[in-house]
Amino acid sequence: MAKFTKKKDGDLPAVSTASLPDIVFMLLFFFMTVTTMKDSSLLVENTLPNATEIKKLEKKDRVIYIYVGKPTQEYQKVFGTEPKIQLNDKFANVDEVGTYILAERAKKPQELQNVLTTALKVDKNANMGLITDIKQQLREVNALKVNYTTYEGDAFNNLQ
Amino acid sequence: MNRNRENPEVNAGSMADIAFLLLIFFLVTATIQTDVGLDRKLPPKETIPPPPVNERNIFRLSLNKNDELFVEDGIMELEDLKIAAMAFLDNGGVPKGNENHCGYCKGTGSPDASDNPVKAVISFNSDREASYGMYVSVQDALTAAYNELRNRESQRLYGKNYVDMEESYYSDDMSHEEKMALQREIETIRDMFPMKLSEAETISKLN
Repeated sequence: MAKFTKKKDGDLPAVSTASLPDIVFMLLFFFMTVTTMKDSSLLVENTLPNATEIKKLEKKDRVIYIYVGKPTQEYQKVFGTEPKIQLNDKFANVDEVGTYILAERAKKPQELQNVLTTALKVDKNANMGLITDIKQQLREVNALKVNYTTYEGDAFNNLQ
Repeated sequence: MNRNRENPEVNAGSMADIAFLLLIFFLVTATIQTDVGLDRKLPPKETIPPPPVNERNIFRLSLNKNDELFVEDGIMELEDLKIAAMAFLDNGGVPKGNENHCGYCKGTGSPDASDNPVKAVISFNSDREASYGMYVSVQDALTAAYNELRNRESQRLYGKNYVDMEESYYSDDMSHEEKMALQREIETIRDMFPMKLSEAETISKLN
C-alpha cells in the first residue's frame, strides 16, 4: 500500500509578505520619478486656459512662478473677489512683482540668472489689465522670457 | 556557547510600513503634471522706436472689453483668426522680379495684405477688461498660424515638421554636430517666417 503523508491540520499556511516591501518601493520610485514637488499652496483660484500650440516648460530650476486669480473662498472675505497676484505664499500688489523677481533671481546660481523664465499661471477669468501691469513690471527688471502656462486642450473652451 | 550559531533573520515586516509611509508622503506633496504653455519674449524696456511700418504690413488685432475680437476694424470669430493670419502672412504682395519678392509664399498677392512675411507685423491690443482666457486663445491661434506656415516650409526644405525639429532640439539626446545642423535649419525657417508680434501701439507710415 502506498504510504500517504499525514495531512497537516486544517488552517491555511500564511501568505508570505516578504515581497510586499519590494512592491511598495517600486510604486514609491515610480511616483518619485514621474512627479514634481508642489512648492506653494494656492491662495487663488487657478483654472488655467487651454491651448494647443504648447511647449513643455522644462528644467524647473529655471522657472519663477507668478499666480494670478480670484482669491479662494476662504480668503474672499478679507481680500474680496477681484483677481489678485500671489507670490510665493502670500498675496501681493503689482508693484511688488519687480522686487520679487529680483529676489528670486538672486537666489538662483549665477549661471542660470540670465536664462530664467517667468511662468504666469493666470486664471482664465482674470482680466488683461492686471496681466499688462505685470508684464510692464517684468520689463522693468528685464525678465523678458515669459511662459503663459496653460492646460493642453482646445482653446475654444476658454470662452465659457 | 554555541546557542546562536546562525544569525537570526532580521524582521522585515515593518519595512512595508516604512515604504508605505514614504509613498503616501510623495503622493501628498507631489503633482503629476508637468507645466506646459506658450512661450513669449517681452520687448526690452528701453527700445528705440521701431521704424515706421507700411500699413499693409500690419495686421491689427484688438480685443474689446466684451471679449470680442476685431481684425482690421471688422469683427471676427476666433475660429477664423488662424486662416486670416495665415492669409496675411503668406500673402507675398510684391510681384516677381522686384526686390523683397517672397519666393516661397503661396498667398494670393492681395494689395491689402503683407508684402513679405519677413516684413509682416501682427499688432495685438487688448482692453484692460478683456479676459485672459480670450487673450490666450488669440495667442494660441496666432502661434498655430505661424507653426503651420513654418511646418509647410520645413517639410518642403528638410522633409520634417518644424514643431518636431524644435522639440527634438530641446530634448538632449544628440551629438553636438547634429545639434548645430538642426539649429541652422530651425533658424532658416524662423527667418522665413519671423514672429513679429507687437503688443504696443504700432505706428504706420503715412503714404
